[in-house]
Amino acid sequence: MRERTRPVDRWLVRTTQIVLAVAFLAGWELGVRAGKIDAFFFSSPSQIGATIANWWHQGYIVKDVLTTMWETVLGLIVGGAVGIVLGIVLASNRFLGAVFEPLLVLLNSIPRVTLVPLFILWFGFSLLSKVVSAVVLVLFVVFFATYAGIKDVDPTLVANVRVMGARRIDVVRHVLVPSALTWIFASLRSAVGFALIGAVVAEYFGANAGVGYRIQYSEAQLNTSGVFGGLAILMVLVTFVDTFIRWVQRRVLVWKPVDL
Amino acid sequence: MELDIESERFVALVGPSGCGKSTTLSLVAGLDSPTAGTVTVRGKAVHGITDSAGFLFQRDALLPWKSVRDNVLLPLQLRGVRGDQARKRAAEWIGRVGLRGFEDAYPHQLSGGMRKRVSLAQTLVYDPQILLMDEPFSALDVQTRNLMEGELLGLWQGSRKTVIFVTHDLEEAIALADEVVVMTAGPARVKARYDVTLPRPRDIEHVRLDPRFTELYSKMWNDLRDEVLESYARANAAG
Repeated sequence: MRERTRPVDRWLVRTTQIVLAVAFLAGWELGVRAGKIDAFFFSSPSQIGATIANWWHQGYIVKDVLTTMWETVLGLIVGGAVGIVLGIVLASNRFLGAVFEPLLVLLNSIPRVTLVPLFILWFGFSLLSKVVSAVVLVLFVVFFATYAGIKDVDPTLVANVRVMGARRIDVVRHVLVPSALTWIFASLRSAVGFALIGAVVAEYFGANAGVGYRIQYSEAQLNTSGVFGGLAILMVLVTFVDTFIRWVQRRVLVWKPVDL
Repeated sequence: MELDIESERFVALVGPSGCGKSTTLSLVAGLDSPTAGTVTVRGKAVHGITDSAGFLFQRDALLPWKSVRDNVLLPLQLRGVRGDQARKRAAEWIGRVGLRGFEDAYPHQLSGGMRKRVSLAQTLVYDPQILLMDEPFSALDVQTRNLMEGELLGLWQGSRKTVIFVTHDLEEAIALADEVVVMTAGPARVKARYDVTLPRPRDIEHVRLDPRFTELYSKMWNDLRDEVLESYARANAAG
């Protein structure tokens, strides 16, 4: 029997993380104040904070965050749904899988950033161009996870329910989908990042609101505080959505032996 | 290979590994179809899944995302038994395998022996006429295994079900079965069949001490040994 490894002290982990973050920000700030770091290129935590506070007073933050969130969530829902359905269909039908799986691998190799200007051209500065740009990133992540999750299913489980009288659709519902759920959730967590990248990049190329637009606007004015401010907001956004997905995951995957 | 199995009998198939014992079960269940020849169950050729069969696998086959109750309910749902009647039958079988109080547990929270009991309930709950068992207890420790063998006999006794029990363990085969079929080391053939005339109901612990048990054991082992050596030699030549 392997000796059980002692669990990591969560409190200690948190404290260390906070200490490191504070040390990093303090070093940055002091470096700028001491004149060792050029504030024009690198800004400083206090200037970034001031920029964010200014945006808040002008009402930009709520508007930008809501815009970007909405694009991200729509991209995640549409891309996730299409990815899951495609994954289930192509993994449970061997003919369709053989035909289309290589095509998806091929499409996935396209650097999506290069497509974003096209989406703007086709769909304008509207919401649609942002959502499509998020969807083409999310779809593949979720598709490949679902596909792999279903292919990975234990054949004994399938044989067992078949002997009990399961039809194809029952096998999909009771065995293939639940088995793939672990993989799907793992992929959804990285998909959040991708959805946000898709939305922000599309905003960057052409928009009139959103965190990506705010970053691009600041960049055009050589305002590095604005760029870092936008990035800080993005980080908070991702953390928030990721926490939500983990919360859902814990409730859906209660049967799992270890907490994820 | 040609093999007829009389209904309502407990028949054990023994043979060296790789001789096609498990394949035989898959064919009877309709999970595989034969490349040549036919499989007939209760007078009908097997096409697709055999409706009247239940299968107990060597590996864990419970759905890990379903609780004990839902695992036992599943075959009933798949067969169109619904509502209170299904719940009552599932609860009854969970009780019969001694797991009352564990209805809401998930498989990973149970021991190997308990999981086997759930599998047993899951298979018996829909009352299949034929039980196909593929080394179902081989992954268990010896004590749990003897216990499970005893319980299987208890549940089977008087149920008039046909059992085909695959094992590589001659002792297990003799202790459980009415008839032991020794198979050759591939291509699968029936080498010999033995009637086990030990009286029923049997006590798994004591039956092994019966002089008739030892006598049967040494006779069968003579047959089996050649096949085991043969399959061993082949595996070595191939490897």
